[in-house]
Order: sequence, then C-alpha cells, then structure tokens
Amino acid sequence: MTTYTQPDLNGQFGQFGGRFVPETLMQSVIDLEQAYRDAKEDPDFQKELNHYLKDYVGRETPLYYAENLTKKIGGSKIYLKREDLNHTGAHKINNTIGQALLAVKMGKRKIVAETGAGQHGVATATVCALLNLECVIFMGKEDIRRQELNVFRMELLGAKVESVSQGSGTLKDAVNEAMRYWVANVEDTHYIIGSVLGPHPFPEMVRDFQSVIGTETKKQIIEKEGRLPDEIIACIGGGSNAIGMFYPFINESDVKLTGVEAAGSGVHTNKHAATLTAGEVGILHGSMMYLLQNEDGQIQEAHSISAGLDYPGVGPEHSYLHEIKRVKYESITDDEALEALQLLSKTEGIIPALESAHAVSEAVKKAKNGSAEDIIVICLSGRGDKDVNTVKAALEDEK
Amino acid sequence: MGKTDIKHAIEQINEQGSKAFVPYIMAGDPSIEELKDQLIFLQESGATVIELGIPFSDPAADGPVIQEAGKRALKNGASLHKVLEALTSLKDVLTVPIVLMTYINPMYKYGLNKVFTDIEQAGVSGLIIPDLPYEQNSLISQYISQTDLALIQLVTLTSPESRIKTLAEASEGFLYAVSVTGTTGERANISDKLENFIKRLKNYSSVPVLAGFGISTPEQVKEISSFSDGVIVGSKIVDLQFKKQQKDIEKLIHAAVK
Repeated sequence: MTTYTQPDLNGQFGQFGGRFVPETLMQSVIDLEQAYRDAKEDPDFQKELNHYLKDYVGRETPLYYAENLTKKIGGSKIYLKREDLNHTGAHKINNTIGQALLAVKMGKRKIVAETGAGQHGVATATVCALLNLECVIFMGKEDIRRQELNVFRMELLGAKVESVSQGSGTLKDAVNEAMRYWVANVEDTHYIIGSVLGPHPFPEMVRDFQSVIGTETKKQIIEKEGRLPDEIIACIGGGSNAIGMFYPFINESDVKLTGVEAAGSGVHTNKHAATLTAGEVGILHGSMMYLLQNEDGQIQEAHSISAGLDYPGVGPEHSYLHEIKRVKYESITDDEALEALQLLSKTEGIIPALESAHAVSEAVKKAKNGSAEDIIVICLSGRGDKDVNTVKAALEDEK
Repeated sequence: MGKTDIKHAIEQINEQGSKAFVPYIMAGDPSIEELKDQLIFLQESGATVIELGIPFSDPAADGPVIQEAGKRALKNGASLHKVLEALTSLKDVLTVPIVLMTYINPMYKYGLNKVFTDIEQAGVSGLIIPDLPYEQNSLISQYISQTDLALIQLVTLTSPESRIKTLAEASEGFLYAVSVTGTTGERANISDKLENFIKRLKNYSSVPVLAGFGISTPEQVKEISSFSDGVIVGSKIVDLQFKKQQKDIEKLIHAAVK
C-alpha cells in the first residue's frame, strides 16, 4: 500500500472526523491545532515530554513474552505490551501528560476532562497535580456510583469531580457536559479528551501521543524476535490504545491489525458497544464516525461489563481503517472477557483490565489456530485492580 | 417560504419602529399534538419568526432547560419526521416564517439527499445547525443549495475579526449573534461587550443581526433590542411554555414588538 498520511488538512480521515463543534469553540480548536503543530516541531517540548514519559510515567514499558499462556494455548507465541505498568495503571497517561504540557505551553492553567470508569479522570488529575493545574472532571452519576474509589482518588489528587445527571448519567453525557463547560470557559481552559475522539486536532493529537506504544513495540519485537509480529491485537472503546499501538505499523502491510470491540451480552442483543460491527455512520462530539443510533439519529446507550469500552461511538480514524479494511474489527462478549481475565491471572500472574481482557480473549482464539512460528502481540492497555469488584460480582452471579 | 421571507419579516417589523422577536420552542414538548396551538399562539402574540427545536439525545450546545425539554419531547416520541409531518399540515395557518434548529446527526440519518427538500416542502424557511460550523458547510452545501432554505450562521464573542466578517457575510435570513460565551440558558448579566460586538456585525452583514443566548427578562429584551435588529429568546420561553405562563410570554414579545 502507499504511505499512509491521514488525516488531511481538514482533519478528515476519508469522510470521517472533521470539526463539528459550536462556533464558540472553533477559534479554540484552530488555535489548539497550531499550538500542537508548533509543539511537535519544538525540540524543547519533545525533550520535556520524553523526560516525563521516562521518569514519571515509567516508560518504556516491557514487551513481555507470555510463555505460560503460550504453552497453555499451544499455538502462536504471545507477547504482551505492558501498558498496565505505566504510572496510574493504564495507557491513558501517555496522552494526558502530553496534552497537559501543551496546555501549559498555551498558557491555559485550567483543565476540564470527562471520564467513564475514572481511568482517564485519574490520569488527568494526576498530571494536573504534577503540573499544578486546576482540574475539573465530569463523570456520570451512574459511573460515580459504580466507581466510588476512583472518585476518591481524583479528589485526593486535588481534582474537582462534577456529577452529571443529564441523559443517562454515563460517559457520553459526561462528554456533553465537559464540552458545555469548555464552551463556557474556553478562554482560560483546555479540554483533555481521553480518547481518539472529538473535533480535529484531537483524534490526530491523541493518536500521536499514544503512538509511543507502537513505536516501542516495533523496536522491542525486532530486538527479541528479529522480525515484526504476524498480528497485533488491541481493545477498542473510543480507540486510543489501539490506534497508539497500530499507527506505527499501518504501512507494514504484512502485520495483521485487529481491533476488539465489546459485544456486551452479544451483538444481536441491544446491550453491546460494538460500534463498527453493528453501528452506522453519524456525527457526535465533534466528529463524523460510526455510532450506535436509532432510525431517527438519536444516539443509543452502549453496554459493556468494561466501563472503558462503554461508548456509543468509535474514533474517526478507526472508522476509516475499518472502511479501507486495513484493520479488522472483531467483538468479544462480557463472558468471554471475564474468562480471559481469569486465564491470564492464573497463567501469568497478571490481572488485566476488563478492557484489555477483550484483546486477550481474541488473541487466545487466534493463537489456538496458529503455529509456534507465529507471533501475536497483545496491547495490555491497563491493569485489572480497578475491576476486581465488578469481576467478583459477575463471577458470583454466574454461580 | 424561504430566505427572503425571514429577512423581509424582520425588516418589515424594523420599519414599523419595532424590533424582531424570535421565540424558540422545542417541537414535541410536551407533545406533537400541541405543536399547532403553541405555534399559533406565538404567531398571534406577535412573534416575527419562530425558531423550532428538533430534539436530540446529545444536545451539547444547550443548557439545562432546553436539554430537559428535548428529553420530554423524545420521551413522547418526537422526531424530525414527525415534526415535518405536523408542519406540513399547518402550512395554511402559519404566516410567520419558521426556522428549524437541529443538530446535524438527525438530518444526516434522515438522508442529506432528501432532508432539505422535505424541510422546505413542510413550509420551513431556514435552518440553524449549532454543530455545523462554517468550515463544515461543505457537507451539506450541494443539497441545501437546491432549496431556498436560509442557512443561518452563529457568530460568537470568541470569534476573531476575520472570522466574524466571513460568517456575517455568509449568513442568510439573519445573523445570529451569540450574546454570551457558553450554552443556551438564562443569565443575570449580559456582557457589556455585546453592544460593540453587534455594531461591528452590522457593518459586515447584509441581513438583520439578532442577538440570542441568555436573554430572559423584558428589560433585557428592551436593552438588547435597542442596539440590535431584534432578539431570540429560547430557554425562558421553553420554561414559561412548560409552566403554561402564556401572559409572561406575551410580555417578553411585547418588549420588542409594539
């Protein structure tokens, strides 16, 4: 294939993406794009970012050969990219540290963000504490109830957590409310979006900050195996860990890229978050992308046992990669993810986040059909400590 | 009905020494059946143009009052299809130009190749699409250009001068000056910058300049319409409509329209 150069100058990935925001925000996103372009070319900014990634976040993260799991499955060799070992326990901080440094560079010392399960909220509150920025996090009322401990963590870090009772009180409503807050406070506030979503330049910028995952993986797998992997698998909600892992491999046409959506109770039920598998093209939160919506264009609720995948849209670049068929998108149910979580815990002593367990489950399916010469890399996007209550409740339910 | 009807309705009222008053209501709140009476009441009370909201599940540009109204409308089954059906049946009784305020996704889902002609055939004169900024107009331009619908641009206090000029020149029907930095909803104080802002807009715009967002009292209506061609009142009208305080709606209208 020809060299991949998305997005175009209008912030579009094919027909997807763009800037569908109220006029009040337009100048701000235009200014943000310019500031981001400048930062990308600024060696001092890059030096500072790399310093924090190394000494604060703890990069690079290991690429670990999961020998026990590999032997247990008896097929392809399985590697884990250990994003769970980052500070705060997931890949989210790769993006929040980058955007927070950019906000400081732009002279904005107030940060607003949305969060679903609280992982992005914690990662945002963390970097705000580090850089002494004021921080407001919007979180759905229902999510606050389910993730009490993460709310406390954010508050401990000095953030103000605002409960969102509008709509269904979940992630998409928290995004709406964070956008409303940004509209009203745009002159001194930066919005740190948590995934490859939102108006241009967010999907591109978040991808670039997360690309450290794929860049390290490429170097590490060559060191260990002397070649690129056959397949890379990552879970997808909005899609930031997946795009960060995939992007450095997009031009490597021999590497199969697989994104895993949450099938919840099953894609044929009305309780899932498999946007690319079962959604339609539409426009939400500043971007054209695949969405779960009804026949009148009203956005539907997504469902997944994993709060981080529980979003009714999927990043515009994933929508595009789906359309050009460069990435294959599969889906894994709640039950399959729970099973994979237990398998990895028992074989490797690694409790993955429920989100990442979706990628593990898909990898197990693929590895079974592979041979010892095949190499699969899983993006283990986060650790599972935050999910133990959910897992415990789900397993007790099964009994 | 079309672009020129909106402009003419406003200019005509201005020539009579009054200012334009554009009330906003949410279609389908509380039900589609009541839409007819609501529109006729506003028409008879002297509304210059009526802005009719289409409910959307994720109204990121709206404040709490309009969010709640949208929720009630959706709960009662309102949709773009049903609103257009209702408006079609009211074509003979409505003389006031109607402007639809809708987020882009319900129109996209309806089908861009037919939504504009259907909207026009329902008797609507113009459109306000809060999440379709000027740069994204290319998404709809080839379709909307086949109709006489006005595409009304919003311009805000955060827009720099060059942008203000572009938007003011591009707007059809009227130019919507957003009077506060934020979402729709009532405010105690309207920015002092507003008067100066409106004056700058009037230099660039070939259509009337109306101010909206945050206007909620007859005093504010009087004050802001003294330096603009008229006002748009949303949340307050929605709230009064919900509480069935028709007298207070009339008072607001009459603060602009004599």
